[in-house]
Parts: sequence; C-alpha cells; structure tokens
Amino acid sequence: MADENILSDDLLRQLISVGEVDILVGLPTYNHAKTIGHVVQVIRDGLLTYFPRERVAILNPDGGSQDGTPDLVRAASIDDARNADTFRTLRTLHCVSSQYASSPSAGQALHIVMASADLLRARACAVIAPESSDILPDWIDRLLTPIYREHFDFVAPVYRRHRFEGILVTNLLYPMTRALYGKRIREPRPGEFGFSDRLAAELVESDLWRHDAGRLGPEVCITMATLSDGLRVSQTFLGAKGHLEQQSSDLVTALRQTVGPLFWSMEQNGAAWTGIHEVQAVPTTGPEYEVTAGAVSVDRKRLHQMFCSGVVDLEPVLRSILSPTTLAQLQASATLEDDKFHFTDELWVRAVYEFATSYHRSVINRDHILQALAPLYRGRAYAYLTENSTASPEDLEERIEALCLTFERLKPYLLELWSAKERDS
Amino acid sequence: MADMIVSELGQAWNEFAHAFAHLLPRLLAMLIIAAGGWVIAYLLKIVLRSVLRLVKFDHLSERAGASQLLNNVALPSPSELLCQLVFWLAWLGIILAGISSVGSPVVQQHVADFFLFLPRLFVALFMVFLGMLAASFFARAALLAAVNSDLPSPQLLSDAVKVVIVVLTISMAFEELGLAQRTILIAFSLVFGALMLGLAIAFGMGGRDLARQFLERRFSEARARKKIENELPPL
Repeated sequence: MADENILSDDLLRQLISVGEVDILVGLPTYNHAKTIGHVVQVIRDGLLTYFPRERVAILNPDGGSQDGTPDLVRAASIDDARNADTFRTLRTLHCVSSQYASSPSAGQALHIVMASADLLRARACAVIAPESSDILPDWIDRLLTPIYREHFDFVAPVYRRHRFEGILVTNLLYPMTRALYGKRIREPRPGEFGFSDRLAAELVESDLWRHDAGRLGPEVCITMATLSDGLRVSQTFLGAKGHLEQQSSDLVTALRQTVGPLFWSMEQNGAAWTGIHEVQAVPTTGPEYEVTAGAVSVDRKRLHQMFCSGVVDLEPVLRSILSPTTLAQLQASATLEDDKFHFTDELWVRAVYEFATSYHRSVINRDHILQALAPLYRGRAYAYLTENSTASPEDLEERIEALCLTFERLKPYLLELWSAKERDS
Repeated sequence: MADMIVSELGQAWNEFAHAFAHLLPRLLAMLIIAAGGWVIAYLLKIVLRSVLRLVKFDHLSERAGASQLLNNVALPSPSELLCQLVFWLAWLGIILAGISSVGSPVVQQHVADFFLFLPRLFVALFMVFLGMLAASFFARAALLAAVNSDLPSPQLLSDAVKVVIVVLTISMAFEELGLAQRTILIAFSLVFGALMLGLAIAFGMGGRDLARQFLERRFSEARARKKIENELPPL
C-alpha cells in the first residue's frame, strides 16, 4: 500500500478521481516551461500511439516552478488529442500536476511518483526527464513495453554519448556497479527509466527516501536497490542524451548525486553484492553503447594543476581515507610533469575502493569524504583525456572494458577492506 | 620566669598534642576513605568497562560518529573516556567527602566552593570539547571548499578558520569559569582585530596587484572558464 503521507491532499484528490490506471508516466519538473510543452506532447503522442487501449496518466510533481510549468502540463488534455486525426484513443488520458514543495527535490519527486504508481495500481511506469529535448514517441514504447508486456521490473536507458562525455559514469559509476552487482548497466544514474508495480511497491516504503543519498541521488539508489533485489532488469537504447545543457558542471554536486548514493547503497545492500563474483549481460534493446567522436573543449592543464595542488593541500584529509601505499602513489603521480603524467587503472580502482570503505567506516564526515574525491577524479579525468585524445570509439570502449575488468579483479581487495571493517566492529 | 616559660611551653605542647590527637584519627580516616575510595572507583571503572564492552558501546559510538570526533581531538575511545570520567568523579567525590570529615570549617568551606565550581568547570570543558570539534570540522570544510574552488592558499584559509574558532572557544570557556574575563575579552578583541586589520592591509595595500589579479580572475575569467567546463560535465 502506498505511503500516503508523501501525497498531499490535493494530489490525493486528483489521483482518486483518476482511479486505477495501467500505465503511469512521471514527469518531475522545476521551471521547465521552455521544454515541457514539447516533452508532454511527445509523451502523449507515444502513449496514444503505443498504448491506445490502456488506461494511462501523466503525473507531474512540481518543485515550485515560477514560470507556469504546471499549467503547461495540465493543458495536455484529452480533448485536443481526440481532435487530432492521427490518434485513435479509446480511453481517457489524465494529466495530473501538483506542487509538492516550494523548492525542488529529486528524491521527493520520485517518491511521489512511486507512491502514486502504487496507489493507482499502475502495472508499468516510466520517468522522463523534463529537459529531454531529443525525446521521441518511441521512448515510451522502449521504456514501458518491456515492463508491461515482457514483465521486466526495471528498464535502464542507454544513451548515445560523446566519447568524453560523462567521465564520472564511464570511469566510476558503470564499472563499479558492474563489479559490485554483476550486471552491465551502462547508465546507473538514468535520466529516464521504466519500472514495474512490483518495484514501486518495494521502494515506496523503503528507507532510502529518508536519507541524504535518497534525496540527492534517488536514481542511483533505485538502480542499486533493483540490482540487489535480483529483479528482472533490461536496457533500452534511447538515442542522444539531450539534456546536457541542464546538467550541473559542479563536480562536488555530481559526486553527491552519484558516488554518495552508490557508497550508501553498498552499506544497505552488503549481503547482496558481497556474494556476487560473476558479471552477466543485461537484455538490451538496440546497441549496448554508441559513442560519437569529435573535438572536446576542456581546460586540461587546469585539471592537472588542480589534481596536483589538491593532493598536496588535502594530504591530512587523504591520509585518514587512503592506505599509506595508495596515498604515496598518488603523491608520486602529483609530482610528475603533465607530459609524463599517468594515473593507472589499478591506482584509481584501489583509491575508489578505499574511499568506499572509509565512507562506510565514517572515518571523517561523509560529505567531506566525497569532496576529497574531487581532486582525484580530476587527475583521473586528465589522464583519461590525455591517453585517449586520438582514440577511436572502439578503442575507447576497449579501454572502458579494461577498467571494468580491473574493478572486477580488485573486488577481493574491497571485500578484504570491508570485512576488516566488520571484524573491527 | 623560667618556670613561666616551661609552663607555657608545656601548655603549648599539650594543646598541640591534644589537637594532633584530635586530628590524627580524622586524618587517618580521611586516608582510609581516600584509599577505599580509590578501590571503589577502580572497581566501578572495571565494571563499567565490562558492561560497555558487553553492549558494544564503542561500536555504537562509531556508528554514531562519536569515535571519530573524539579521535579528531586526540581523545581516547568513548568507552575509555566514560570509564575515566566515572573513575575520577567517584574518587574525587569520596576524597572530598573524606576531607570534610576533618571538620575544619575553612576546609569545609573550600570543599563546598569546589563543589559549586564543578558544574562551571564541566560546562567550560564541554565548551572546549565542542569548540575543538567545530574547529576541526570547519577547518576541514574550508580546506576542501578552497581546494575544490581552486582558491589560493587553502591551507592558510583552513588554519585561519581553526585559529579563530579555537580562540573564540577558549575565551568563552574562560568567561564561563569567571577567570580573567576582561583580560581574555581584550586579548580576543586584539587578536581578532589584528587578524582582520592585517588581512585588510595585506590585501588592500601590500597585495594590490595580487588582489586585482585575483578579482579579475574570479569575476572576468570565471564565466569563460565555466563555459569551458560546462562542455564536459562529469555525468
């Protein structure tokens, strides 16, 4: 049963008037007036095209938009769809919008979507990012059909990315998730995803919404919870990730939204990931990856300089997080000139695993641990950009695969650190 | 004359002997109480340590983050700290009760004064403890923020934050104890004022060029740099 405390009276009233549905699409917004009209239109087209006989609803939890975003969502009524000759809908398409707070919260918005899905007994649900300017109607089909017709519990997206886009995903989130849970999920922090009624029912009462990790990075927590519960997971290729311009370039914020929830989930799902030693492919619709080439504009020198100065300045902080060997190797790297600089896969993986264990152990404030990872990421990003400056997409994929294998090979080291911690306690 | 002197000496000796005879049992009783008190306090410590180990108090403290906080200010583990505190409180209380048994009004007054002073002492110690924790936390937060924002001299900034919080904490603790209030207040004002004035002079006059470069870099190049970074978001 849904946790109705998360649903406001106004939203509850609207949901009760909708009644049970087969399919629910969640669309969390905050000041997205520029893109929301197009996104809602495409979602509606997709629903009417691919699910004309099903009872469907679009739910828009809004974080206090000042630009009229909720009005634009509500304007997507059934009437103009009926008037359009191209659509032949047999049922009502509901658009429900409700403001949940005066400031946006990704965790609260997704919690509302989960609770509403559970309340409306929706069999299949999808969450769409409101800034997805490249969205196509068949995204609805790709995200919902595996759940509605093939009984998967979670559908993760695969995006077409520039070869140097999302270095934190390719160098940490993807390989570490794969090593931990044994599933090749390319986007552990999905912008768009689909989920089943079973997953909604499990997650709606979960503890994750009450923690910072769940509030800041609910997408990662949902992915990890799904993998740890052994539910049926698939991937689907969606095309270009069209909301880059909306993403924060602030590294510390990105770490809080992704690495923090990943480390936190390790604690919650310890019994699941410690017993996994094999990696399995995930059923995927479309290509498993697609990388585009092209020039990249980034101040590499600054990345190198910030890594070197960061390792020196944060020495007392890093000493409390890293082992003496790893710290010494990092300090040695920080003394190298930029043309001789290297940051090996093994050093990166060991450092990340030691950060994860230190986070678990709370050796210092957990947010400080995440912030201390930023200089190391910059060093790794600099090495990655430099070493692969002329690499083809295929070479780059091989490089990422090699990193994944290093994460998997060194998993016993993580288990050793983790069990040492358990023994101490 | 000589008889008078001898008589007076004898009387003085008798009074001393009488007083000594009166004091000695009390002194012995006090020493016995102190020794017994040590044994009782030690036993209390042993029992408490076993109980805390049994309930995994250190494990709970570590989960709550208290162990790390104590470690940051070079204090022992929470259970050891609690055991030591109970030991000293028990022993000190028993010793002072023993001293009271001597019966001297002056001593009793001092003992009473000491017991009245204890709550303020504990409050002051608690303030210093919290101050050290706050200094350690905010100094590290400043260091991390400065490093990740690429500010110049992050260590100096971190140390400055720590010094200001420590000085503020100590001045508050002394004020709580009622010791040298005016001196501490003046000293704090002088240190803080000198620090701010020094920074203002250094930044405004001595480092005019540096300040200009710094401001230019922060406000004119920031946009361009952000634009470059925005083209490579981490996610």
